[in-house]
Amino acid sequence: MNLQRRFLIAVPYAWLLLLFFVPFVIVLKIALSNIALAIPPYEPTLSWSEGWSGLVAFFRQLDFDNFVFLTQDSLYWKAYLSSLQIAFFSTLLTLLVGFPVALGMANAPERWRPMLMLMIILPFWTSFLIRIYSWMGILNQEGLLNQLLLWVGVIDDPLKMINTNFAVYIGIVYTYLPFMVLPIYATLEKLNPALLEAAQDLGCNRTQSFWLVTVPLSKPGVIAGCFLVFIPALGEFVIPSLLGGSQTLMIGKVLWEEFFSNRDWPVASAVAIVLLLILIIPIILFQRNEQKQREAEA
Amino acid sequence: METQTASGDTLAPWEDATAKPLISFRDVSKRFGGFTAVEALNLSIYKGEFFALLGPSGCGKTTLMRMLAGFEAPTTGSILLDGVDIAKVPPHKRAVNMMFQSYALFPHLTVAENIAFGLKRTAMAKADITARVEEMLKLVQLENFAARKPHQISGGQQQRVALARALARAPKLLLLDEPLAALDKKLRQETQFELVDIQEKTGTTFVIVTHDQEEAMTVATRIAVMDHGRLVQVDSPDRIYENPNSVYVADFIGDVNILRGRGRTRTDGKVEIVWADGQPGLVGTSDEPLDNAECALAIRPEKIAISSTRPVQDANALQGAVHDIAYLGNTSTYHVRLPNGQILKAQETNSRRISKRKYTWEEEVWLSWSETAGVVLTR
Ligand SMILES: Nc1ncnc2c1ncn2[C@@H]1O[C@H](COP(=O)(O)OP(=O)(O)O)[C@@H](O)[C@H]1O
Ligand SMILES: [Mg+2]
Repeated sequence: MNLQRRFLIAVPYAWLLLLFFVPFVIVLKIALSNIALAIPPYEPTLSWSEGWSGLVAFFRQLDFDNFVFLTQDSLYWKAYLSSLQIAFFSTLLTLLVGFPVALGMANAPERWRPMLMLMIILPFWTSFLIRIYSWMGILNQEGLLNQLLLWVGVIDDPLKMINTNFAVYIGIVYTYLPFMVLPIYATLEKLNPALLEAAQDLGCNRTQSFWLVTVPLSKPGVIAGCFLVFIPALGEFVIPSLLGGSQTLMIGKVLWEEFFSNRDWPVASAVAIVLLLILIIPIILFQRNEQKQREAEA
Repeated sequence: METQTASGDTLAPWEDATAKPLISFRDVSKRFGGFTAVEALNLSIYKGEFFALLGPSGCGKTTLMRMLAGFEAPTTGSILLDGVDIAKVPPHKRAVNMMFQSYALFPHLTVAENIAFGLKRTAMAKADITARVEEMLKLVQLENFAARKPHQISGGQQQRVALARALARAPKLLLLDEPLAALDKKLRQETQFELVDIQEKTGTTFVIVTHDQEEAMTVATRIAVMDHGRLVQVDSPDRIYENPNSVYVADFIGDVNILRGRGRTRTDGKVEIVWADGQPGLVGTSDEPLDNAECALAIRPEKIAISSTRPVQDANALQGAVHDIAYLGNTSTYHVRLPNGQILKAQETNSRRISKRKYTWEEEVWLSWSETAGVVLTR
């Protein structure tokens, strides 16, 4: 192997080391530390001046107390569970909304498709925060949606939508919809239309050919889309903070509060480490799916 | 090329006026926007036939198939299956199955599941489905590949799976759109005979689309030659070959020499053609009387004899010089240039191993053929 190839392979590894592994070790170290009234707000800190004995003393002070603490206060595991639940159901909802959108795009006349694609991506060109704030305006007690419903006469009193889990679901589905639509669209667009004709020829009506051919063949896209929504939704912080209420429990929010309100960096770091460990499982599954698809296409 | 199918026990329902066709096209036209893909087409196909649609790419063969399968509806006219207009019957309710040009096998299902796919849409019992799948696998000799996925088998095997899948539901009519186009030549020829075999075994009516005239000649009981959405001639392979009704058909099927001129029917019923200044007239046969009308004499290369001296008995004899010789192993084709510059092809069978050719380049030779060897065509 020549130097150039070694270098090319080294680049992504260096990238991972620098931007993933090093920060991870730093966060892990903080998670193993104790809270302190200092700057930074934890101890021990490593001081090189004391040499070997200093290093030993430093490692002696590290412990798993913060992780033990996470299991003692029910807040944390409830927040993890509730995050998993919200991420799961919002992924499901995004799939239910995203699949028909992707199907419609894939079946649209070819000359419309770039336009439709643009419309899916367009919201990304404005700030995420601004879009979430607009949802606050829409879902408010006096917001657009309530006014509309009152005006139509469906309801007599304004609904409480903002600061509920309902608003969080809307926010997540809205924000992550493109991540669901694009991979599904990519698989559906590649689908050979002759396969659907063959299914019809062999006795399927439209519904049957959809379930027996379209759905199974779009599975890789569906799986990819679900992971792309589920993984970021699990650690989501902005949406539950701005749209969710006091009863909306999500681990991202807990993390934020630990870090900035309590200034308990070690516990916040422990929360982050556990979140990462939970996410590693779906991330590995996602990678597997991608690899399997690449192999199938090869 | 002229291999005839064994089914030729003078089964020719199309000659029987009382026979009821399985399929009839009545004045069927199909337009895509302003483009006419099929025009005012009338055609009957009978039960048990192996019917070939033959024509160049883009002449409307697939469109015709798709109308039978139900994926396209005729713009005007009607199609009857067993005497019933099928315009309103959706594809999944037609007793017609299609083998697609690209096979369209379901990539997520195994070979056996692909074959069972159509059966599972019927009320058939599970055990019967399994038995039927076994039977089909046996028919196409793929028993050992039942559990494979389509991408794990060869192109030839995929072609058989597609055939088995389409036949599994025992359709009244099986449509095959260029079923062998993706196979290499040798496999294609083997498969042609297998297709004929399977067609006879199952007794299903087959309609095959092809742009390969040899393939059509090999498998079909009848051939429809198409051109730009119209039927030019519908006939048995031997009649298409020996009695083409137009220069288009003669030229499309096999090799042919075309000599253009003006023809006049003689008192003995033969047609005499004046075709080039300073050249003797030619004699041929025609079904219709001609009176100094423009026409063409179509003569197949294998019906032209070649000799170094003027032959005595043949009615037609022309002199020319050997321009080119194509040695094909079993036959040799001599390209002979006539004094007016036209090249005629004459084919000789190499029945003996010869180290020396009979005729060589630029040698003066005589070409001759009988009065009945060529057909006079007015179209
Ligand atoms: N869905 C369609 N829309 C427009 N034109 C079509 C369509 N299907 C076929 N055609 C046109 O009709 C003609 C006949 O096509 P086809 O039946 O596929 O020919 P073949 O199978 O003989 O090669 C072609 O010129 C083709 O471009
Ligand atoms: Mg075609």
